[in-house]
Amino acid sequence: MADEATRKAVSEIPLLKTNSGPRDKELWVQRLREEYLALIKYVENNKSADNDWFRLESNKEGTRWFGKCWYIHDLLKYEFDMEFDIPVTYPATAPEVAIPELDGKTAKMYRGGKICLTDHFKPLWARNVPKFGLAHLMALGLGPWLAVEIPDLIAKGLIQHKEQQTNS
Amino acid sequence: MSIRVENRVAMATVEELKLRVRELENELIKCKQKRCAEENAGGSQKHYRQRIEKMSAEVVDSNPYSRLMALKRMGIVEDYERIRTFSVAVVGVGGVGSVTAEMLTRCGIGKLILFDYDKVELANMNRLFFQPHQAGLSKVEAAEHTLRSINPDVSFETHNYNITTMENFSHFMDRISHGGLEEAKPVDLVLSCVDNFEARMAINTACNELGQIWMESGVSENAVSGHIQLIIPGETACFACAPPLVVAANIDEKTLKREGVCAASLPTTMGVVAGLLVQNVLKYLLGFGSVSHYLGYNAMQDFFPTMSMKANPQCDDHYCRKQQEEYKRKEAERPKQEVVEEEEVQVVHEDNEWGIELVSEVTEEELKAASGPKPDLPEGITVAYTIPEKEVNTPAEEMVEETEQSLEELMAQMKRM
Repeated sequence: MADEATRKAVSEIPLLKTNSGPRDKELWVQRLREEYLALIKYVENNKSADNDWFRLESNKEGTRWFGKCWYIHDLLKYEFDMEFDIPVTYPATAPEVAIPELDGKTAKMYRGGKICLTDHFKPLWARNVPKFGLAHLMALGLGPWLAVEIPDLIAKGLIQHKEQQTNS
Repeated sequence: MSIRVENRVAMATVEELKLRVRELENELIKCKQKRCAEENAGGSQKHYRQRIEKMSAEVVDSNPYSRLMALKRMGIVEDYERIRTFSVAVVGVGGVGSVTAEMLTRCGIGKLILFDYDKVELANMNRLFFQPHQAGLSKVEAAEHTLRSINPDVSFETHNYNITTMENFSHFMDRISHGGLEEAKPVDLVLSCVDNFEARMAINTACNELGQIWMESGVSENAVSGHIQLIIPGETACFACAPPLVVAANIDEKTLKREGVCAASLPTTMGVVAGLLVQNVLKYLLGFGSVSHYLGYNAMQDFFPTMSMKANPQCDDHYCRKQQEEYKRKEAERPKQEVVEEEEVQVVHEDNEWGIELVSEVTEEELKAASGPKPDLPEGITVAYTIPEKEVNTPAEEMVEETEQSLEELMAQMKRM
């Protein structure tokens, strides 16, 4: 499934209780609160483990999410914008995270810069409905993807470090 | 706060502008095509034919329906003209969907509603239907253009959007329930020709809610197997009744190299699956032969497993369960008829005796903990993965704690981090 560090990080993300999607009115608000609680906890955990690597926020309906993720390689920080929509069938199906600026640079992406997750992610997600939320998607989906793809893209010269990022 | 708001407005405008740019790009490509076509034609007469009011069985070179109407004379189809009364929605106009739409167009279907949010790319040229000069056009627009020139008798409706998002899903449902040949009537059939789980689940959700009969189709990511499936809400298994059914590829997962690619595709496999799908559609709509509930295609061994699966009473989709009750009620009311012998395979929860798992790189104990009961399936068909039976309570796991904080407060807290 994943390496030891990822397993540990995932085990420390609180699980969600409410099985509801964006088409359920009040229950969705409850689910969204849980999503934010889990995300806040995960970001706090990352910060205290000195492994802070993403920020996310949503529109007020919680149906469209956007944010930044970054990856440190050779002491340089590479930062990317990410975005995704909550599908109407959430949480039965996980959202498809996209990093539009990397579209066309790697084969491990679908159209529009949607990252191509491993074979293991979907069964794992399906087995953990509705307990897994967006924080789990970050930890088990986007995180491992960045760890594999970004060093590769740097090595191939397909992404260059933006100078201003060193100061941020 | 006000800066935020302005930002949002600015973002919306950027989105709108992007959309406008795309529209203009499409316009430009169409203009270029038109000019190209005119130059090629060089003043000679157009190749487009006039609309035909009534299907004729007359066998002449100029009758596009003569060979189809011959099915009647040969006693295969009782009333072929009925094809013109049907409306079919095709969701996903890619390798399978475009060929499906072309076949239905050539068969003289009454109406086609096409859904896709993608545009034609040169990377699609290993598949059928689309041509290089269409690159850049939206798939639905390019498809409509080609299909209309093949058969102007078909009416077309196209929607260039992603059905899985909140903003489009209700419109999608509305078109399913009102997109019949006579407006305000539902379509006769929905065909899923999409390439991802999310879109299939969205179609499943819509069709369960509407009680809409649909057919699912799929080609594996390694391009050497595929399947079609008929879903009658409440009667046959819906897409959420069991983990996705797949054709066993008989390829050792360990030897399958996935490095650096997401999906492979072959025009052959996609053409075969589209052919199987439309054959099933014609049989279903025109009432001939037997309609398959599930038909798999294993290209490596040339093996076509079939089966039938009843809806799962414990399905996670509550509209599926509701449809099942409705179906039971109707069945009970229906006068008992002579039952046609049909082999039904039920979802029986048995041990995972095959021990075959599509998940590799997983430790033994993980596999044990994560694998659930496997439905009893005929040879050659398996599930993409299994799901363990629901535990009543899992005390060891940490759940989110209740807080007094409102959603707005939590959003603000997250933003400050």
